[in-house]
Amino acid sequence: MSIVVLAAVVMPASMLADTAVEGADATPRHADDVMADTLSLGEVQVTAKRTKDVIPVQVLSGAELERLNSQTVADALRYFSGVQVKDYGGVGGIKTVNVRSMGTNHTGVVYDGVELGNAQNGQIDLGQFSLDNVEAISLYNGQKSEILQPARDFGTAATVYMRTRTPRFAEGETYHARFNMRFGSFDLINPSALIEIRLARTVSASLSAEWLNSSGKYKFRYRRVTPAGELAYDTTAVRQNGDINATRIELNLNGYINMGKWHFKAYNYNSERGVPGAIVNNVWRRGERIWDTNSFVQGSFQKMIGNFTTLANAKYAFYRTHYVNNDDKQVKIDNLYKQKEFYMSSANEYQIRPWWRVSASYDFQWNGLDADMYDFARPDRYSNFLSVATAIDYKRLKLQASGMYTWIHDRIEGRESPKDKSVFTPAVYAAFNPLRTKDFALRAFVKRSFRMPTFNDLYYADMGNSKLEPETVTQYNAGVLYDANRGNKFVSEIRAGVDVYYNKVKNKIVAYPKGQQFRWTMLNLGLVDIRGVDANAMVTLVPMRDLALTFRAQYTFQRAIDITDPSDNYYRDQIPYIPRHSGSAVFNGQWRRLGVNYSFIYVGERYNQQENIRYNYTQPWYTSDISFSYDLPIKAVKLRALLEINNLLSQDYDVILNYPMPKRNFRVTLTAEI
Amino acid sequence: MKTTASRIASLLLAAVLSTIIFSSCRTEPEVVPSSSVNVGDRQLGKYRGFYLLNEGNMGSNKCTLDYYDYEEGIYYRNIYAERNPSVVMELGDVGNDMAVYDGRLYIVVNCSHKVEVLDARTAVRIGQVDIPNCRFIKFVGDKAYVSSYVGPVEIGANSPKGAIYEFDLATLRVTRTCTVGYQPEQMAVVDGKIYVANSGGYNPADYDRTVSVVDIASMTQLTQIEVGINLYGVQLDSWGRMWVSSRGDYKGVESCLYLLEKQEGDDYYKPVGKYDTPVSAMAIDGSELYYLADAWSEITMAATHGYGILDLRTLQLTGANFITDGTEAAIKQPYGLAVNDDNGDIFVMDAKNYVSSGTLYCFDHYGVRKWSVTTGDIPRAITFVPR
Repeated sequence: MSIVVLAAVVMPASMLADTAVEGADATPRHADDVMADTLSLGEVQVTAKRTKDVIPVQVLSGAELERLNSQTVADALRYFSGVQVKDYGGVGGIKTVNVRSMGTNHTGVVYDGVELGNAQNGQIDLGQFSLDNVEAISLYNGQKSEILQPARDFGTAATVYMRTRTPRFAEGETYHARFNMRFGSFDLINPSALIEIRLARTVSASLSAEWLNSSGKYKFRYRRVTPAGELAYDTTAVRQNGDINATRIELNLNGYINMGKWHFKAYNYNSERGVPGAIVNNVWRRGERIWDTNSFVQGSFQKMIGNFTTLANAKYAFYRTHYVNNDDKQVKIDNLYKQKEFYMSSANEYQIRPWWRVSASYDFQWNGLDADMYDFARPDRYSNFLSVATAIDYKRLKLQASGMYTWIHDRIEGRESPKDKSVFTPAVYAAFNPLRTKDFALRAFVKRSFRMPTFNDLYYADMGNSKLEPETVTQYNAGVLYDANRGNKFVSEIRAGVDVYYNKVKNKIVAYPKGQQFRWTMLNLGLVDIRGVDANAMVTLVPMRDLALTFRAQYTFQRAIDITDPSDNYYRDQIPYIPRHSGSAVFNGQWRRLGVNYSFIYVGERYNQQENIRYNYTQPWYTSDISFSYDLPIKAVKLRALLEINNLLSQDYDVILNYPMPKRNFRVTLTAEI
Repeated sequence: MKTTASRIASLLLAAVLSTIIFSSCRTEPEVVPSSSVNVGDRQLGKYRGFYLLNEGNMGSNKCTLDYYDYEEGIYYRNIYAERNPSVVMELGDVGNDMAVYDGRLYIVVNCSHKVEVLDARTAVRIGQVDIPNCRFIKFVGDKAYVSSYVGPVEIGANSPKGAIYEFDLATLRVTRTCTVGYQPEQMAVVDGKIYVANSGGYNPADYDRTVSVVDIASMTQLTQIEVGINLYGVQLDSWGRMWVSSRGDYKGVESCLYLLEKQEGDDYYKPVGKYDTPVSAMAIDGSELYYLADAWSEITMAATHGYGILDLRTLQLTGANFITDGTEAAIKQPYGLAVNDDNGDIFVMDAKNYVSSGTLYCFDHYGVRKWSVTTGDIPRAITFVPR
């Protein structure tokens, strides 16, 4: 159901197109109707028409997302199958995602319709995105099911879509306000506010602001025993230099026009963070600090004219990173990086037959990076993306095919520019309902994608390699999905799916931490062969009135092996930090005003370097998180209290070698909503 | 429909339960054990064996110690944690230098900012000396001298100069320090003076070009001798000549080797010759100076490897390759170099891709491979243990 809501709110015009397919409504509708349609879909989700995606998707949204013991988008993504989150620990620690072992840089991250970029290192720190204003997170293996999308979106191997809350006003409402106060372990203080105002019948504005402050101090423990079972050492220390002070402010304007809509967003994130660094012998504290200022403005406009729909997007982003190493024992570093991005996109869709649509999109992007470093290359990148796509929705069959042509030109200062790169990346998706009921679907896809080496990969002073080849991935996927919504019966909703996949990564570029989180050693790992299984299941039971129980589970098997060179001592070994087995289970119960959520995450044994030998072995970890919520409506004000206990059994674990994670910790959230 | 739904529900439950049951659980984290391999090359000369120090990638805390026992012919890998199980976080991060002196083994662990002191026979810990960003070690009498990137803070200086730290071998306490040039590396001790090569590697815009001369008695810098940019290695040969390597700037200025001599009437050594060959590591055995001609070019973005010999009698580069049996084709990244002055065996340490186990190759005096063995990550230095 969440999928439908996403589609409805983000793309009302597409919904209109769907309506047209059914032929139920032939008369052109007024903008107000569109808005009303959105409203009703937002409020009464279950009654909406169920559209099955042709592309495998996982969604977390609404109340389920709120109760999931997650502070950031990265925390929530741990509940998706096929996803590994690299977490350096604590509130301020960097968190990146890797989907199906293809690597962080193959995962696109889209924030309200426009992809977030980082031409410098290609990694989006999802720990910077709090869930405070995020209403839904979805993960597509490949592109989104709609073909009306920017060309660039057709190019990533997997995409995380984050959607912020869109104002929805009932008749007579003129504003909404929500205040949130969160505090907890690590001296966390995290107040936030959201104000939504209806400016006109079809125009609304929202302002969201948040402040996050934490000392980042937490206890961690390292313990070893001898083979005889005697205690060798057992030491508990406090994580230092992991503090964070961050603000986020976001302004949104939403409007609806006749057969269309527009959206404008201004975003600013400011933070000062300590970089806690690796814990190694004799070093328990480091002196690295990072100041980030990430600002962008973006706008989108969508309109339907007869059978033709056009979507225009534009964005300008400015990222400033100030990195300082104050450690007396190390080289003093004080560097300022400035990244700029300009992006514009035109996506166009035409409906040829009620069951057949085609689209064409063109995007242009410019990236520039400047740093006050000696002999810095000052690279500029001009990227052009051109895509064509078609979608067929004929009776029980759904097909989508797309092709994207990318042409990239880099210009660097004082040196010869590397050769231009151009790549064609096709994709074909199919879904089929073999049974008369639409509950059961078979699906398959083949997709090729590539990523350009980042500016750091290519031009970074100490480790850049301008001869790096782009990295390509070919994905093959086949799966089944059973999805039934049965209203208010005992088993009210059930969903289960299994996908098997085979990915081949060529010329893979792998980053290893070089002591400082911000800097890496580049490796061209070569060829990786990935075979995996993703299984998801969800069931909602309604045993009695006012009681709803939801179980959600996912399991991932991955065999991702390095097949570069038989003479390597890690030939056919599992690549670093990819567990063979991982999974999660979530139980959620809601009884009247009281909610309980229990979640369990398991990440199996991994190796922290390429060779699968004992000296590189990393223990499995599994944590239990639990939360309780209580809703208290007082007249028009909705009050809510949430208590979260994370790592309930206080397991000592590292996600990344020598970056210890917190033991048991708490959070309390109080929310008032008008 | 109901049956389908409940069947799927029970399947789902079964899947979850079996995942939990079959997934492997955590065990008590054990101290990493050593491993051993029987090499069979037994030697009954003046050495009992040798230690090999593995650097470990920065941040990995995988500086490890291996030992080859000449009496047993057995190579022991990763012995430190087993011999010293109670040391928290083991040997440390990025081993840089190692030496045996007066029955003790001293290990300079760069990113753990310490010199680890072990019993040379048992590898059991005696203590440690905290020295920030320490690089190399030398001994004179009852004192050790350690080069360090971090000198005392000077007011007005843009970046701190390096220093030589003196510590007392009995108390394991730092006794004196002396500021030298930028980012000092290897040292030689001669005539009561320490000659230390200053690299200036932290500032590629303006590399240091000097060798500092430190008077041990007064622990003061007497002078800085202008030699060349980005200096690194320092070795003395048996004729009392000093060999100093420069790593170049990895771009226009190539890596090379300088010869320094002290002429009649001079107070200090001064450069008298320059050899246009890249030198990344060197080892002297009698009349031969072996070197790894490993150079990196920013222009071609590729490494070149060579295994050269400099004849110390004729002072000529022989142009010969000290590996004579074609083994060099298997070596991916020559990194460490050592020679056994007792039997003439030459050791080449292959660091591969720096993030996987390396290989130690042992060649006889004629450059024919005798044996090879897997080491820890980034094998860097060898030190022999006298009988």
